[in-house]
Amino acid sequence: MSATRTIGQRLAEEGVSRRAFLKFCTTLASMMALPPSMGPVMAQAIAAKRRPSVIWLPFQECTGCTESITRSGTPTLETLIFDLVSLDYQETIMAAAGHQAEGVLAAAMKENFGKYLLIVDGSVPLIEDGAYSCIGGQSNVAMLKEAARGAAAIICVGTCSSYGGIPKADPNPTQAVPVSAIIKDKPIVNIPGCPPIPVVITGVLAHYLTFGNLPELDPLGRPKAFYGETIHDRCYRRPFYDQGRFAKTFDDEGARSGWCLYELGCKGPTTYNACATVKWNSGTSFPIQSGHGCLGCSEPNFWDKGSFYRPLATANWGNAQTVGAAAGVGVALGAAAAYAARKRQDRFVKEASAPPPATKQEH
Amino acid sequence: MDLLAFARGAAMQWATTIFVVGVLWRLVGILLLRTKPDLSKPRIAGKWKGLRLIALRSWPRKEFLGGAAFTEVMGYVFHIGFLVALFFYLPHILFFTDVFRGLFGVTFKGIFGFAWPTLPGGLIYFASAVSVAALIAVLIHRLVNPVKRLISNFDDYFSWFVTFAPIVTGMLAYSHIGAPYQTLLALHLLSVQLLMIWFPFGKLMHAFTIFAARGSTGMLFERKGATL
Repeated sequence: MSATRTIGQRLAEEGVSRRAFLKFCTTLASMMALPPSMGPVMAQAIAAKRRPSVIWLPFQECTGCTESITRSGTPTLETLIFDLVSLDYQETIMAAAGHQAEGVLAAAMKENFGKYLLIVDGSVPLIEDGAYSCIGGQSNVAMLKEAARGAAAIICVGTCSSYGGIPKADPNPTQAVPVSAIIKDKPIVNIPGCPPIPVVITGVLAHYLTFGNLPELDPLGRPKAFYGETIHDRCYRRPFYDQGRFAKTFDDEGARSGWCLYELGCKGPTTYNACATVKWNSGTSFPIQSGHGCLGCSEPNFWDKGSFYRPLATANWGNAQTVGAAAGVGVALGAAAAYAARKRQDRFVKEASAPPPATKQEH
Repeated sequence: MDLLAFARGAAMQWATTIFVVGVLWRLVGILLLRTKPDLSKPRIAGKWKGLRLIALRSWPRKEFLGGAAFTEVMGYVFHIGFLVALFFYLPHILFFTDVFRGLFGVTFKGIFGFAWPTLPGGLIYFASAVSVAALIAVLIHRLVNPVKRLISNFDDYFSWFVTFAPIVTGMLAYSHIGAPYQTLLALHLLSVQLLMIWFPFGKLMHAFTIFAARGSTGMLFERKGATL
């Protein structure tokens, strides 16, 4: 349950120095593209707040998003759930199970009604009244509607809850939808990615604690601070793109020299995310740095946008059969037009060479 | 379906289909037209010499140079810039390579033995900017010159627009100005598709007919004894 003590008090009791906390807040501020002066402001604001209750509901998902946040380095998962928020319900990492867990959820929702943050990962199946994904005998869609009623805001973690993700991929057998397709009357922040960057999740929480509201969002509901630029814009391989230097295969000289992976299908130019700047595993690396192109996983319908290894420029223009058929139609039309022109010429010639009609001679 | 998915998918397929149908319709229609029988005796033997007109018409005769030089120079500047951007920018090359492989089952390198070279993005951007400047110049010239204005019709202005739009949207997409990249890329693709759809039915068709037209005119002139 939510603690009554402030975050600052808890940190002090646990021996977290003010310097360490300031460093953490300054790091978060810089990641959110806030000025450095916001670090102390964030620290002051967060320290004075009580930990908000957070309820995390997993729906049709793979637990990759939870796996991602367990690898959060700044802050660590422990710092996050013990010091910054009161994570009252999270099936994967909570000790309670069965009726005990469901009781915790009900109590958390009742006690913090209207104030808790609802985090959702996973899409929501609608077919067969949502029977394809149930927890404790309750469908995800029913659970979401119930939990959303008392939520101050909803944070969709991962592409599945944000846009439907892989469960929604064609042919979408469970009729999966994102949270925003069901809940219309609550502020929703989408933190897409498959999985999303853990620092982005904690950054959004820190923003909420500092300012008491949700960060500025882009048209797809993503925080602009983290999704304001494309991977391509901030990629360290971008200079090679501009120079026209591209890896042709994954193990050629260009790939070994760190040249651009555009030709190998990288979706960085059309993908908004912070991978190239925040990176993964405490800023160690990100997929492109590891030699593989971006899959575009933080974009809607990324699974249905063609092969990951087909360059973006290769639009779906058709195939030899359709072009051949079009060529056949074109030739036939041309021949028909020429034939019609010839017939018209013949008619004109015939009319021109015909003797003039006899006229009556007057006597 | 978002705008980019539409532009990369259904819109591209329809534009390609209309382009292929339209171009072949026009070309076959022209090629199968009945040629007028010329019953006169040729003035000069060896009619193939008339093909020299293809090259000779690449620059105006000195008698007309004063009035035509501006249009000619701007025309060359535009075309060179446009062709550089079209054929030496990697995303374009990848598209053409993909089409080539899809149609013929072989790669460019498989046939010619060397890869299709690319140019740096900055150079492509510069070529595009030069092309845009030339297009604006010729439009102003067309609007200011009373004779050109008089003989211009919808086809002239619309063909100008569908040529201008892909270059400008391409430059915007490259530099990410004015809208998210995905939107700009979608607009670029849609503007290209507009060009492809209009291409066979307007004056842009000259790309396929210009040299054949010059050659046939040259052969006709040669037969009649005109000085080329």
